[in-house]
Amino acid sequence: MLANEIYEILKKEFGDGILEFKEEAPSDPYISVEPSKIFDICHTLRDSSELMFDYLMCLSGLDLGESLGIVYHLYSFKHTHKIVIKTTVPKETPTLPSVMHLWRTADWHEREAFDLYGMIFSGHDNLIRILLPYDWEGYPMRKDYNEPEEYHGMRVPY
Amino acid sequence: MNETKKIQLEYSQMESDRMRLNVGPQHPSTHGVLRLEVEIDGEIVTEVIPHIGYLHRCFEKHCEKMTYPQVIPYVDRLDYISAMNNEWPYVMAVEKLLEIKVPEKVEYIRVIMAELNRIANHQIAVATFGLDAGAFTPFLYFFRDREYILWIMEKCSGARLLFNYFWIGGLAHDVYPSFKQEVLDAIKQVRKTNAEVMNLLIYNKIFIDRTANIGILPADVAINYACSGPTLRGSGVKWDLRKDDTYSIYNRFDFNIPVGKGEVGQLGDCWDRNIVRMYEMEESCKIIEQAVAQMPDTGDVKEAIPAKLRPPKGAEIYQRAENPKGELGFYVVSNGTEKPDRIKARGTSFVNLSVLPVISKGYMFADLILILGSIDIVLGEVDR
Repeated sequence: MLANEIYEILKKEFGDGILEFKEEAPSDPYISVEPSKIFDICHTLRDSSELMFDYLMCLSGLDLGESLGIVYHLYSFKHTHKIVIKTTVPKETPTLPSVMHLWRTADWHEREAFDLYGMIFSGHDNLIRILLPYDWEGYPMRKDYNEPEEYHGMRVPY
Repeated sequence: MNETKKIQLEYSQMESDRMRLNVGPQHPSTHGVLRLEVEIDGEIVTEVIPHIGYLHRCFEKHCEKMTYPQVIPYVDRLDYISAMNNEWPYVMAVEKLLEIKVPEKVEYIRVIMAELNRIANHQIAVATFGLDAGAFTPFLYFFRDREYILWIMEKCSGARLLFNYFWIGGLAHDVYPSFKQEVLDAIKQVRKTNAEVMNLLIYNKIFIDRTANIGILPADVAINYACSGPTLRGSGVKWDLRKDDTYSIYNRFDFNIPVGKGEVGQLGDCWDRNIVRMYEMEESCKIIEQAVAQMPDTGDVKEAIPAKLRPPKGAEIYQRAENPKGELGFYVVSNGTEKPDRIKARGTSFVNLSVLPVISKGYMFADLILILGSIDIVLGEVDR
C-alpha cells in the first residue's frame, strides 16, 4: 500500500489527530500526528487488517530546537509496505504515550530516547537510563546540552 | 540518584534459594563488556536483566560534529567484526540523499566485500559459539581461514578490521590485479573448512545435546521484538533484506535464504540459529562466485565521489541493509550543511539483545551462556 493511501485511512479514522502528510524525494514519505494520540494511531497501524505494521524498525528521538521529535519507522511483513510516523512534543513537557506494549522492541528504543533526549513515555514499565550511567544528569543529545565539569571526581571535558 | 534501578521481585516460597549474580562486565563469555544481572533458583535462571552502556562512545553525538565522509570511520567501529557491512547502509543513505548513481564496478566490489565480511563474521560467530559450548578446535580452524579473507581486505583497504573502504559515491581504492583469483581461493578454503566443521561440530552429538531445545524463540515473539538476521531466520521466518527489500544489485544473483527447520530439536532453538549461519556462508560463497564472474574489469571507482557534500535541507532517510547479524539501519537527517543534523544507528545487536530476558528464562545457568552466544552480539553496536 502506498503512503498516501495509508494517510487516507488514518485521516478517516482520527481526523484532527493526523496533522500532515509529506512526500518529497529524496526523503521518505511521512505522516505527522498529534503526540497524545500516538498510542491509538499505532494500535490501528498494527492491528488493522489492511495495514498490519507488525515490525517497528526504528524509533528515534530528535532535537528540533523548540521541541523534541519522535520518529517511528514501521514495516509490515504481511503487506511489505513501510511508513514513517512523526510527532513532536514541547521541551518543557515532553510527555507522550509509550508504544512498548504494542511492539516490545520499543522498550529499549524508548529508554534510549529518554536517556539521550529526555522524553517521558507514559505507560512504559521501566523507564530508566540505558546507555549512560543510572545517575547521569541531563540529556546529552539535546543541542543545548552542556557537559558537567566532573562525574564522581573524574574530570569530564578533555 | 532517583533513577536507580527498581527491581520488583515476586518472591516464591523458595525465597532463600534464590540468588542474584553478576555475569560480567568483564567476562569472556559475555562477548564484550556486557553485564547480566541474573537471578537463579538453584541452577535454573528465573530472571535476566542486561545492563549495557559500558562501551558507550557517544557515536551519535560525535556524528553531529563531523562531516559526512568523516562519519565513515566511526561507523566501522560499531560492529567492528563486520565493518564493511556497516559502512554500506550509511553510504547508501547519503548517496540516496544526494541522488548519486554508483558505478557498476563499485557495486560489484561492494557486494564481494560485504559477502566476504559476512563469511568472516559468521566464522567468528560459529567459532565462539562452539567455544561457549566447550569446542575449541573449530575455533582455531575458523580463525585460520578468516585470515585469508582479512588479507584480501587488507590488500584492498590497508586495514585489517576497520577499513574505511566504502566512500560516498565510490570506494577508497580500486582492487588489485590478482583480486578475483584470491577471492575464489579464499572461498574454496571456506567451503572446505565448513564441510569439516559440519561433521566435527554441528552434527556432533555432544554439541546437539548441548544446544538443541534451549533458548527457543517463537517467530511471533521474534517479530514483536524486531529481531532480524539469523536470530529471526532461525525461528523459521524466511526474511532477508537482500531479497525482500532488495538494495544495490542483489536482485541479479541467485541465492537461497536458509531458515531454521527444527531439525534436531524444537524450531527456533540455539542449534537452529547456529545452522542458519553455516548455510548462509555457503550462500555468500555462491553470491561471490556470481559477482566475480559478472564483475567488469574496467571502470573508475572514484568517478562518482562528489566534491561537495551538501544534501538538501530537511531531507531525511532511513536506509537499512542486511548486516551479518541482521538489519542495520541508519536514520540520517540533513540540515543543508556539510554536517548531518542527526544520525541514528539502529544497532542490530542492540535490538536482538533485548529479546534475551524472554528466551533465557527457565533454562539452566550454563545454557544462558549458550543462548547469549547464539544471538551473536557485538557490544560495540549495542552501546554505540
